[in-house]
Amino acid sequence: MTRECTNRELLIYTISRLLTGVRHVAVGMSSPMPAAGAMLLRVLNKKRGLGDVQVSILGSVKHNAFTSGSEELFDCAAQGRIDAFFLGGGQIDGKGNVNLVGTGGYPNSEVRWPGSYGSAYLYFLVPRVILFREEHSPRVLVDQVDFISAPGATEDGVYRRGGPHALLTSAALFTFQRDTNRFRLESVHPGRSAADIRGMTGFSFDNDHCEVETPGPDAETLALMRSQVRTELAETYPQFAASLPEAA
Amino acid sequence: MTEFVSPEAMAEMIPSGVKLGLAPDGSGSCPAMIRLLIERGIRDLHVVCAPIGGMQVDMLIGAGAISVLETSAVSLGETGGAPCFGRAIRNGKIRMLDATCPAVFAGLSAAEKGVPYMPIRGIIGSDVLENRLDWKVTTNPFDENEKIVVVAAIQPDITLIHAPEADRLGNVRLGRRREIMLLAHASKKTFVTVERISETSLLDDEKLAAGILPAMYVSAVAEYKNAAWPTGLYAEYELDAREVDNYARAARTPEGFQAYMSSARSAA
Repeated sequence: MTRECTNRELLIYTISRLLTGVRHVAVGMSSPMPAAGAMLLRVLNKKRGLGDVQVSILGSVKHNAFTSGSEELFDCAAQGRIDAFFLGGGQIDGKGNVNLVGTGGYPNSEVRWPGSYGSAYLYFLVPRVILFREEHSPRVLVDQVDFISAPGATEDGVYRRGGPHALLTSAALFTFQRDTNRFRLESVHPGRSAADIRGMTGFSFDNDHCEVETPGPDAETLALMRSQVRTELAETYPQFAASLPEAA
Repeated sequence: MTEFVSPEAMAEMIPSGVKLGLAPDGSGSCPAMIRLLIERGIRDLHVVCAPIGGMQVDMLIGAGAISVLETSAVSLGETGGAPCFGRAIRNGKIRMLDATCPAVFAGLSAAEKGVPYMPIRGIIGSDVLENRLDWKVTTNPFDENEKIVVVAAIQPDITLIHAPEADRLGNVRLGRRREIMLLAHASKKTFVTVERISETSLLDDEKLAAGILPAMYVSAVAEYKNAAWPTGLYAEYELDAREVDNYARAARTPEGFQAYMSSARSAA
């Protein structure tokens, strides 16, 4: 009997779906699930005879071809050579603004997070930025962030070809609508209802009575995740890979 | 001419009050030298992280050695938040210049090229920009409809890094960590500690040459084995995650931080 798809496996599979069609996806430091989703897409594309996917995982030696230092990622993004990237966020608000700096005032924040990293730049230049945060709560998904590390939308006259594409949490999947600058609930993960999501989210969003359940992987895909993807992931994230189910 | 000195002598060559360039943990960080600077009582540093900081920056903050911190992030990686950094922010003990990684590189590139500023995409509409009086929004001179950010050149007085090896001429092998090359190019002086000294010129091997920081940028070299412990040195040795955890636990309080620094010193 195969063990059922876990929540984390559902998230990894959903990330691979959100990456459909990309040629080059970059994954930042300390992001094991985005890395796993990107690796899954690479494996699935190969199996289906679709184009190769370049996966650049920062912090990896094997899955990282950059030879010009950590600035090369940013140069690549500026030239349009990166199609997708991931951002987390201590806070994410209903307009797609991301806060990686802190809460309770600035600069003397009561709670201080590491900092903005490359977000203030990559959010403008990478077409498909996937916001990923496992915790789905009103303290993370807020009406208005305390500090804007990277803005969801931009005034006219500023070069911008990238921005928020989707928001994935352990409970639901939203897409971002750039015409209205609002999130739309696309699906709810198994075990949750739209009413749960409304209660767990600190901002208002469209389609808030959504009844679609987030689809999980088929048996063949799940088996790939538990074998090849798990092995590939272990090079960069040994502890995380060990925590995922293994093929029987 | 590159001077060859002891680590202690190198620490004496870094005065209080300078703008000091540092590498991220694991990419050329040198916590052993940071300890020597702290023991010497160094103060009033303006630290530039290229482009992020970790344990060595947190130790300098804990020791009260930093007055201005220019960085895109400070974190202990998988271990979590940097405790002295969080405390100093809350208590207003350091002046923070929050950046975003490519803006640090743009500022260093400007210094490398000897120009006053560098344009960079993005950033407009962020609170990062609102809080950086040294970054400006200007009009693209080639397209009056486009607004673009320009950041001022960043020129550290001294960059302090650890690398795998140097030769007797002062050439230093950095390999593919070219952001450290950029940092050294941008800085007035670069001091390097190394795991080992090569008796043959590193520039003789064409396969290595592109990854070598030439001696003309290197003011001083000190042989200092394992000086990147516990943060690790790429392609040489791994991060000692347990030790960084020990540090993070101890540094939760100022007293714990002091105790960690003195006990680890006597153990070393």
